[in-house]
Amino acid sequence: MDLLFYLSQPFAIHALLAASLVAIISGLIGPFVIMRGMAFAVHGTSELAFTGAAAGLLIDGNPILGALVGSLVVASLIGFFGVRERERDSSIGVILAFGLGLGVLLLSYYRGFATEATNILFGNIFGVSSGQLWLLVVIALAVIAVLVWIYRPLLFASVDPEVALARGINVRLLGVIFLFMLALTVTEAAQVVGTLLVLSLAITPAAAAQRLSVRPLTVTLLSVAFALVAADGGIVASLISSTVKPSVFVTTISFAIYIVVRFVLGPNVRKSRARATA
Amino acid sequence: MNDSIQPVRLSRVGLRLGERWLWRELSIEIAAGEFIAVLGPNGSGKTSLLKVLLGVVPATEGLVEICGSTPHSGSSNVGYVPQRQSFDPDLPLRGRDLVRMGLEGHRYGIVTGRESAKRKIQEVIREVGANRYANEPIGVLSGGEQQRLRIAQALVGDPKVLLCDEPLLSLDLAHQQAVSSLIDERRRKFNMSVLFVTHEINPVLPLVDRVLYLVGGRFAVGKPDDVLNSETLSKLYGSAVDVLKVRGRIVVVGTGEAALSELGGHHVARESGRAR
Repeated sequence: MDLLFYLSQPFAIHALLAASLVAIISGLIGPFVIMRGMAFAVHGTSELAFTGAAAGLLIDGNPILGALVGSLVVASLIGFFGVRERERDSSIGVILAFGLGLGVLLLSYYRGFATEATNILFGNIFGVSSGQLWLLVVIALAVIAVLVWIYRPLLFASVDPEVALARGINVRLLGVIFLFMLALTVTEAAQVVGTLLVLSLAITPAAAAQRLSVRPLTVTLLSVAFALVAADGGIVASLISSTVKPSVFVTTISFAIYIVVRFVLGPNVRKSRARATA
Repeated sequence: MNDSIQPVRLSRVGLRLGERWLWRELSIEIAAGEFIAVLGPNGSGKTSLLKVLLGVVPATEGLVEICGSTPHSGSSNVGYVPQRQSFDPDLPLRGRDLVRMGLEGHRYGIVTGRESAKRKIQEVIREVGANRYANEPIGVLSGGEQQRLRIAQALVGDPKVLLCDEPLLSLDLAHQQAVSSLIDERRRKFNMSVLFVTHEINPVLPLVDRVLYLVGGRFAVGKPDDVLNSETLSKLYGSAVDVLKVRGRIVVVGTGEAALSELGGHHVARESGRAR
C-alpha cells in the first residue's frame, strides 16, 4: 500500500519520468561508447560535471545548470585536445585531474547545505523539480533525434573509420557531435545516479546487451531496455525501502543484469549460435 | 556513363607531404576493366596514391579524374578495400552489417527501400562466397573471411573503379589466390577497373594487365614484362637490380634501396650489406 501511495505522489512520478528519459538516452549511447572505446571519456565528463555543479552551486545555487555547462566545456576541451583515440585518454586524464581539484576547491568555499554536494556525487532523483524535468525532456528528445539521424554514419565511423572517410562521412565532426551528446547524457544521468555512478547507466547495460546479440540495432534496443529496468527498478526499490538512496539500487540492478547475462544467458546464446552455424 | 570516358586518368600529378615529394609527373590512364598492380618499396606513396584517387587527400599538382570528374570522397564510382585492420571479437557487428555499410552506411536519417538493399547485400555476399559466415561477428572471423567481406563491402555499390590496399597481406597462399581471383572475376564480368596495391606480385601476376612501379618519386608503368626486368628496375632504383624468374615466380634481387624493397614479400633475396 505504501508503494502505491508513493507512486501517486508528484515527486515519485517526476522521478520515474526523469529516470526513464535518462535511461533511454544512456542506453542509446552506451553501445557507441563501448565501440568507440570511450568509457574513460564518460567517467571523465561525469567527474567534471561535478566540478561544474560545484561552480553552479557556488555562483547561483544551481548545480544542474553548472553541471551542464561544465560537461559541455569539458566535451569541447576533449574534442580540442584529442580526437584521436590514443591522445584522447591521456588528455582526459589531464583535464580530469585538474578539474576534480578545482571542484574540491570550489566546494570548500560553499557555505550551504552539505547534502547538496553529496547529491551531486550520488544523485538526487527525488529532488527533480518540474523545471528540471522539462529541461530533461528537451535534452532527451534532442539527443534521441540527433542519434536517430546520425545512427548509421556514426556506426560506420565508429567501427570502420577509414572506409567511412572514403565514403564521404565527416568522421571527425561526427566524433565531436557524439562527444557533446555524451556530455549532455552524462550530466542528466548524474541527476539520477550521481556523477560517480554514471557508468552504471551509460556502460553496464550496453556491455550486457552486446553479450546477447551481434546485431547493432538489437544491442542498442536491449541496452535501452536494461537501462530502463535498472533506473526505474532502482527508484521503485528505493521507495519501498525508503532509507537507501535510489542510486544504490540502480547500480545494483544494473550490475545484477550484467552478471546474469554474462555468466548465465550470454554463454547459452553463444552456444546456440555456434550450433546454428555448425 | 559514356564509355569513352576513362575510369581513371592522372596527368602530371604530384603529391607532396610536408617538404617531400612522394611522386611527381605521374601520368597514367586506366581503361575500363583493366587490372593494374601498384608496386614499390615502403614509403613510395602507394597508399597515398589510393588516398588521392579516393578524394581523401588532394593532389598537390596535376589533373586527377575518376570517371571524368575530380575525385571526391563518397563517390559511388569508387570501391575501397583498406589495409587490414583487426576488429574486436566482442564487437556487435556481423559480416553482413559490414557489407551493408558499403551500401547505405553513409546515409543520414531513416533509410527506406530495405528489401532491395537486402537482396543486393545477399547477392554480393554469395558472390564472394561468404554466405556461411556472414551472420557471425566480424571480429571472430579469420583474415581470409574478413577480407572476402571487405571486398563484398567495396563491391556492393557496383563501383566502376576498385581500389585495394594490400588485400593479400597476411593471408595464406590459398586465400591469396581466392581473393585475387574473386576480384578478377568481378572486373571481367562488370568491366570494373582495379588498382591493386601489393607487396606480393606473384599471386596476381597472371591477372595483371599493367604494373605501376613507384620508387623514390620516380615511376615506371607498363606490361609486367616491360617493367619487371633488370634494366627497367635498375634504372628506376638507380642501382643494380636483377629480376629473376624462378618457376614462374618473379624474384627481385638488388642492392641498396632495391634490396630493402619487399617485392615478392619473403621471396626477396637480399644481398645488401646495409642493415636497417
